[in-house]
Amino acid sequence: MKMLSKNLLAGAMLVASSSLAFAGCGIEKGSIRILSNDFPALHDVVDKAEECAGGAVTLTKNQTKEHESLQVAALKANPAQYTSAVIANSSILPLLADGLIRPLDPYVEKYGKDLNKTQLITINGKVMAIAMMANSQHLFYRDDILKKAGVQPPKTYEEMLAAAKVIKDKGLMPNPLGGTYKAGWNLAEEFVNMYLGYGGSFFKEGTAEASINNKKGVDALNMLKSMTGYMNPDYLTFDSNALQAEFQAGKVAMAVFWGSRAAAVKDTKGTTQEISDNIKFAAAPTVGGGTIPATTLWWDGFTVAKNISDEDAEATFRALLHGSSSEMANAKPNDAVWLIKGYTPGAMAGGTLATAQAGAKPYPMAPSMDLMHTALGGEVAAFLQGKKSAEQALADAEAAYTASAKEKGFLK
Amino acid sequence: MKNRTFFWFVLPSIIAMIVFIALPIISVLVQSLYIEAPRVMIESESCGPFGCDKELRVDEEATAAIRDAHPLGLFNGLNTYIDRNHLAFGEVGARWNSSSTLLDFFRSILLLPFYKALSFTLAYAFLVTPFVIGFGFLIALGVNTLPNLMRGTVIFASLLPMIVTPLIGSLVLFWMIDANGVIGATLQTLVNDPNFSLKASIGFTWITLFIYGIWQSTPFAFVVFYAGLQTVPQDTLESSLIDGANRWERIRFVIIPHLKPLATFIALIQVMDNFRVFEPVVGFNAEASAISLSWLIFNDLQGRGVQLFGSAAATSVMTIIGVAILLTPVLRSVWRDFSRKR
Repeated sequence: MKMLSKNLLAGAMLVASSSLAFAGCGIEKGSIRILSNDFPALHDVVDKAEECAGGAVTLTKNQTKEHESLQVAALKANPAQYTSAVIANSSILPLLADGLIRPLDPYVEKYGKDLNKTQLITINGKVMAIAMMANSQHLFYRDDILKKAGVQPPKTYEEMLAAAKVIKDKGLMPNPLGGTYKAGWNLAEEFVNMYLGYGGSFFKEGTAEASINNKKGVDALNMLKSMTGYMNPDYLTFDSNALQAEFQAGKVAMAVFWGSRAAAVKDTKGTTQEISDNIKFAAAPTVGGGTIPATTLWWDGFTVAKNISDEDAEATFRALLHGSSSEMANAKPNDAVWLIKGYTPGAMAGGTLATAQAGAKPYPMAPSMDLMHTALGGEVAAFLQGKKSAEQALADAEAAYTASAKEKGFLK
Repeated sequence: MKNRTFFWFVLPSIIAMIVFIALPIISVLVQSLYIEAPRVMIESESCGPFGCDKELRVDEEATAAIRDAHPLGLFNGLNTYIDRNHLAFGEVGARWNSSSTLLDFFRSILLLPFYKALSFTLAYAFLVTPFVIGFGFLIALGVNTLPNLMRGTVIFASLLPMIVTPLIGSLVLFWMIDANGVIGATLQTLVNDPNFSLKASIGFTWITLFIYGIWQSTPFAFVVFYAGLQTVPQDTLESSLIDGANRWERIRFVIIPHLKPLATFIALIQVMDNFRVFEPVVGFNAEASAISLSWLIFNDLQGRGVQLFGSAAATSVMTIIGVAILLTPVLRSVWRDFSRKR
């Protein structure tokens, strides 16, 4: 029985690999095992990397939304279950904290002549990951509605509120603003964006101690609350799927929304041609007289596991480098905002690129930021529901953070 | 049965219970008493597509050394249980002193995550269970009077809510009560308010979840009662008819006493089931207005890369204690019935 299943497996692998063209990418042998999140841009990369499979090179993949809960355990094994974890700037932290990924400098030196310098994620001088694409929340707006209201696309949150008021007063839309304000991770992310826009920082300099209960935090909360005045009353249940549906139903005129949803929002399968044509993108607005957009920048990239043979590591690096080549990026220009050299941005990339150029900050990489994010999720909701004052909500978020940071050993 | 035979007879069950019930509970209990060893933090520079930044980072080697010295973490006693994210003794005390009225005090306590979750969980368990028993009984009585030909179809249709996976069922309803959904839009027309929403207020969210819970669990009570109705002694029913009892009196004095043990059984299962309510909270995106104890555990464990195992374990232990307390009266009455029969 065991023998039989082994043979079957080998047969299946043979079929899978023989169906691929032996384009090859110069790798002689090695086993490449990729764990990644599950969205179109990552399929593009891994599909392209699969061209390297064949002969003595095998490539297997597991593309799942649950990749973050799998990665630590899978890479801790020796040999690791996957030779590469494809990560984002938040999900690389646990891998770094446990030392599960290897420095990529030797491979970059040998094969990385086509990499942009901005793609190299260096930590303490060592390249630990190669970024492939960028994502951020930026302004989505309905050009036709703004024109009817006679307002310019807003550059600041204050202008956004003023424009929303005009649209509402003129009876063009009852709830002109949208946002991913679902209690929990989404809402906390909105606070993080706004707080950074006001120039706040989450921790006391050089420590893991929380410091959000200040004027900037209160301003950020009040701005979120002003926004909700022009939103659908269900805003605390709105995640990306719900906001996308509202946009496509023509019920929202402006929202700061994920760049990775740009193509999906404009997809005429879910909306009319007229609405789709009128959805435009711009940089995320600034707030409170700040100079940088009130949003965070995210990147997705690949790492190479530590607990694998050098041969497999090299093969993995080369295959994923092939997967993230300019050839792939230019074939799929609208699936992501690629950071790859030689990429010509597609129409959907404008918002994210404008946001990055305006100097938005990356999402904080502090090791205890996850705990802060979780603590904020519930408290911001309580403030928006009117159950707590802004100061109380921020103090409670600090207290909730402190309790979990103590449990995780970040604080004594 | 000889003692020896009895011992060998029950041994497999005892082993299974130890392995699958006792050991996991002990492991959770132990986990809840520990916190993670301190992490050594260093400042380091990280660079990416958007520039360089100085940030705190965990020093892997130094931390690993401390970890190796304390493989279970640091013993923390019951401190996790009483910290702010659980029983919050400190905060409760402070709020007791600062609130002027009892109502104020309760209102401020219910903003703490554990008490917020506990209040919804208890309300859910105690409101949904009686309705489930009541509706299940009524449906069973109704179906029992139907002609045989129709019964099969009706029973199948009544069981549908139980067949739907809870998460899917709640998601379907979530989209139906959306302002764009069929129920949401109809309600807006009925109350003549374009902004009316079941998801926006805490009260309506709770009611929606309760109704969902009743809809989901009633079939279970119905099936059990329906099976019970088939065993009602016909002789007693006929003699009550001869005595001139009407339908209500037959139900009150013959059927209900006969089905009482079943009702206890359903109450037992339902209280246990409803106390671990979870899926509707997720399916209805209700985290802002209603969270449950199970949701707290889920929230601790699904952190993006950082899981709070000790905190989740503490909530789990308290959930077990909660279930035990809730079940005591029911179990007591079962025990009394049992001893009387012997």
